[in-house]
Amino acid sequence: MSKVGIKSYSYCLNHAPETGSHYGGTPYEAFHSGKEQEYLDALPKHLQSYDHALHYAPNQTYIGGISYEEFEGLKTPWVDNLLPDEKAKRYGKFGELMPEDEFLGLISACDEFELVWLEKSFAEEVSKKLAEDPVITEAIVKRVVRPKNMHELSEIETEYKERAGLPLYFGGKVVGCIRSGHPTDQCLTAHVLMENLAGKASGVLALLHLLKNSGMNPLDLDFVIECSEEGAGDVGQRAGGNFAKAIAEVAGCTNASGCDVRGFCAGPVNAMINAAAQVASGARKNIAVVAGGSIPKLYMNSRDHVKKGLLALEDCVGSFAVLLVPDDGTMPVMRLDVLGKHTVGAGGAPQAVTSALTFEPLQKAGLTFADVDRFAPELQNHEITEPAGAGNVPLANIKMIAALAVMKKAIEKPAMMDFIKQHGTIGYAHTQGHIPAGVPFIGPACEMINEGKIKRAMIIGKGSLFLARLTNLADGASFLIEKPEPVAPTSAVSKDDIKAMILEALGEIAGKLA
Amino acid sequence: MDLQNQQRVKDAGEKYGTDCVVILGSSDAEGAEIYAETVTAGDPTYAGPLAGVSLELPVYHVFDPIIRAECDPAAWEEQISMMEMVLDPEALTAAVKGMRDQYSKNAIE
Repeated sequence: MSKVGIKSYSYCLNHAPETGSHYGGTPYEAFHSGKEQEYLDALPKHLQSYDHALHYAPNQTYIGGISYEEFEGLKTPWVDNLLPDEKAKRYGKFGELMPEDEFLGLISACDEFELVWLEKSFAEEVSKKLAEDPVITEAIVKRVVRPKNMHELSEIETEYKERAGLPLYFGGKVVGCIRSGHPTDQCLTAHVLMENLAGKASGVLALLHLLKNSGMNPLDLDFVIECSEEGAGDVGQRAGGNFAKAIAEVAGCTNASGCDVRGFCAGPVNAMINAAAQVASGARKNIAVVAGGSIPKLYMNSRDHVKKGLLALEDCVGSFAVLLVPDDGTMPVMRLDVLGKHTVGAGGAPQAVTSALTFEPLQKAGLTFADVDRFAPELQNHEITEPAGAGNVPLANIKMIAALAVMKKAIEKPAMMDFIKQHGTIGYAHTQGHIPAGVPFIGPACEMINEGKIKRAMIIGKGSLFLARLTNLADGASFLIEKPEPVAPTSAVSKDDIKAMILEALGEIAGKLA
Repeated sequence: MDLQNQQRVKDAGEKYGTDCVVILGSSDAEGAEIYAETVTAGDPTYAGPLAGVSLELPVYHVFDPIIRAECDPAAWEEQISMMEMVLDPEALTAAVKGMRDQYSKNAIE
């Protein structure tokens, strides 16, 4: 079996402007450098309200509030052409955009070690709000108001002022804190633990929506592969894991096990391949590929947004989940026989990377560029990246694919622009690292396949390995999603068939004896 | 230009002076211009090791015909030709030239 079924998918955002403006990597670094007070003073004036975030088209596209095709037709810039109220809902077809106070409550619910303290009345208030969320279980709501996680403001102040904790803010006020996990271990500082707990909480939200979208009983989930960019561990094993099991536990998936897969922005594509191979081989009955989001990535490019007088839009922790099951001929499939693989020897030139991830697997499968209806390489929202000098990443990627198609004589050069328009994808994902890399389009691609609008899409992930200072190699992986084909009925005989055959035979014998 | 790269350019510039040529591969003209300014007049953002340091290095974009003429055509075809179709070589070359003309010493042309 070289195909697996994509049964369901979920995409969620957690609005986190106050957490991000204090603890996002760029503001946090600026605060500690002590050299950028002007930027830090200005940043709060550039934040986007929750209501604005709900009306911002890329966010609604991510959570499935509007379809990808509708998004493609919208007037730009999206930031100046907000969606009407009827399309700016909290819940979309794929997931939700959760407000920051509830996210803090969810983070607290995901804490097992009394690391999160919320002010008592705040915790009680957000637990009531979370109870209204259709995917949040009663057990999770109760965890928000555990006595050990609720404290008086005076105790919270002592914790962050005197014991290396970090305050949590909502509405401009301190509403809680993250405590330090160890007096000296740099892997267990309050900042690192906040990042990991937020990753876990957002992953939980994505998994809960996945279970809802698929109709699957949490007890039936067999395995979870988590593929964010966070590293959980202590000084002895800095990124030992295991986010997958931690997420499955809170989501009530007690029969599941799990492990983490990492690979920078290529992590999710590698995790999908890993999961699909395990399902296809029969090693696992089903697998949820899950990734929570990143607090350090919040406001990553905000220096430039502030400098240019723009809204700082990098205010959402993004998460996703995909459920892979055996192919039964009824749902879009992920192919395992056509995988893009960037080898160690391929080199890091864009041409080599693009060829390894698109041309080479397609050629192996007897396909050409035009056979892929949509390429989803990297889906960063260009309204975030362009002001920071990083350009329009999805457009640059599809241009590279089109240029390679010209070089490989798959299309004529004058047809490049048409190819880009017809086969490309427009970015709508937050700059959360692993999230923009192709995987946000799995959902829309499956929807379009189910509606008969496309037959095939390619999901591509590329990773910047140099950031870890281990190697200068590039990285990437890709796979194809296709419309299902009828699956031949299995020739295996079931227990019931055997029973019926024996009864039939016994009946015949009895008839002869009579 | 990130702080590590600024430090590397600074170290090389201080060691070899303006015999050291900087070749940029930036995909964006605005970015290319800032990088070119950084390695000639100094870091305009005043954030890195080249803040207030004028190395005056000769700087070129890799698409500049002067650099292209130095390259092995086969290697160019294999590694760079695709990006020539994707990016705007003239704009990138011009953005870097603007800074080079103002601040570089010992330019090749």
